[in-house]
Amino acid sequence: MPKKLTPYLLVSPLVVILTAFLLLPIVVVLIVSFCAFDEFSIIFSFTLDNYRALLASPATWGLFKNTLYYAGMTWMFTLLIGFTVSYYLVFHVRSILWQIGLFLLCTVPFWTSNIIRMISWIPLLGKEGLVNSALIDLGLIDTPIDGLLFSDFSVILAYVHLYTLFMIVPIFNTMARIDPALVEAAVDGGAKPWQVIWRVVLPLSKTGIALGSIFVVAVVMGDFFVVRTMSGGQSGSVVSGMMNQVSLLQYPVAAAGAMMLLAVVTLMIAAVFAVVDVRREMAVR
Amino acid sequence: MRTQSGKRPLSFWLLTAFFVTFVMFLYGPMITIYVLSFQGPTGGLTFPMRGYSLVWFEGLFEQRRTGDFAGSMTRSLILGVACMFLTVAISVAAGLAFRSKFKGSGAVFYLVIASLVMPGLFVSLGLAITMQLAGLTPKWWYSALGAHLTWTLPFGLLIMFAILNRFSPSYEEAARDLGATPMQTFWRVVFPILAPGLIGIALFGFTLSYDEFPRSILAMGSKNTLPHEIYAMTTTVTSPSLFALGTVTTGISFLIILAALGSIAWINKRRGQSLGK
Repeated sequence: MPKKLTPYLLVSPLVVILTAFLLLPIVVVLIVSFCAFDEFSIIFSFTLDNYRALLASPATWGLFKNTLYYAGMTWMFTLLIGFTVSYYLVFHVRSILWQIGLFLLCTVPFWTSNIIRMISWIPLLGKEGLVNSALIDLGLIDTPIDGLLFSDFSVILAYVHLYTLFMIVPIFNTMARIDPALVEAAVDGGAKPWQVIWRVVLPLSKTGIALGSIFVVAVVMGDFFVVRTMSGGQSGSVVSGMMNQVSLLQYPVAAAGAMMLLAVVTLMIAAVFAVVDVRREMAVR
Repeated sequence: MRTQSGKRPLSFWLLTAFFVTFVMFLYGPMITIYVLSFQGPTGGLTFPMRGYSLVWFEGLFEQRRTGDFAGSMTRSLILGVACMFLTVAISVAAGLAFRSKFKGSGAVFYLVIASLVMPGLFVSLGLAITMQLAGLTPKWWYSALGAHLTWTLPFGLLIMFAILNRFSPSYEEAARDLGATPMQTFWRVVFPILAPGLIGIALFGFTLSYDEFPRSILAMGSKNTLPHEIYAMTTTVTSPSLFALGTVTTGISFLIILAALGSIAWINKRRGQSLGK
């Protein structure tokens, strides 16, 4: 076997699978988004009607606004928590064994069911839930708060609960590689703790922050089941709009919506890639 | 900041309090539903507990009460195991390929990143339309498996990059110099060195598939997987059986995590012993 061929052979199963199950579907969605349709089937043609219909509908704009709002809020909270937790683990936990142990403690829920973790908020947040009854028992409120469950609050809470791990893991990994001598030099040079964080740790963690942000934003923008469950069906996202069109068998409209979502997500990721060279930072040859 | 002396600054205690609160936030709700799944026969979906029983676990195996729980669980386990083996094999091969420069490596890398950040439902919708146009019917054991692989393979490959970053090619060169064939070099030198990392990839391969939701929704056909069964239950089942299901699936996840971490620790320990000799 010629040696030059080896890498191509080794990488081919990956390329075949991603081509068949990712690339081909993307191309098909792109083509179908320009097709017409009737009650039963997709009619091949070239029309911009699907996009026109979506862009003309205030519902589409509302869903995009909703989705961006959820993504933005979730991004802010997961970043704040992810950065603080990583900073604590890397710079305040002295024993390496404790550091790994506590890091694993943060990541274990990632390997369990997201749906279970999401619905586990329901008995806590409901009108007769644990939070309301605790607040009443403490005498802080007289009547139960209604908006804890099935509101924007519960949707964002569930997102933060589910996806903070996506921030912690990459930020922790980048921060753990910061040379402690740099931090000591800054302290010796008279930097105050917040200056060390702002001017040394934060800039050196930017790869992790970039990767985590890409993850969180992409996952929230592609979600519909958290929105549907945690808002009690009162709110929606771009993807839940797509699901409605699919259930009405309006595949070309759903495809056009999917392409618009993909364009927005791609633009956001491109913006992050423009700031941070992720490929080099991950030491990929 | 890290100080060498024994006394901790105030910021340490504030951050510790923050961390503890975060861990409670992470685990508290899950623990609540595990407790509630042992609710007595007359108990409801929320507190107070009316006695303790296993009634809701028995309910899981009655089809009329909760749908096809056993069937969907079997399908999810088969899918998870298939996904696990494929993810390990394919990402190891691809990871090794990336060690030498080859044409198109940049394109493949961005394809993998695209697969990672692609909204899950997009993959599902694309597969559903593609198969419809090709006259195929989606089935959980091939179209959903493919959809799951678009989610697990990027993780597998990124873990391989992390492992190979610390892997020196001089071991392979030594084996080759001593006359080992490429197959011998792989199975007797490369594979044992990579083993702990491979368990990590296997863990991701299984659990990400076992818990996968949006990618399979339109690609699995008429027979659903466990997460979809649970999701359907959230709208139809209003008894603590829902929580019992959560306890059972999380129990399985925890067993797998423990098995994976345990075997990594075991391999490292054995390695330490053989080095000590």
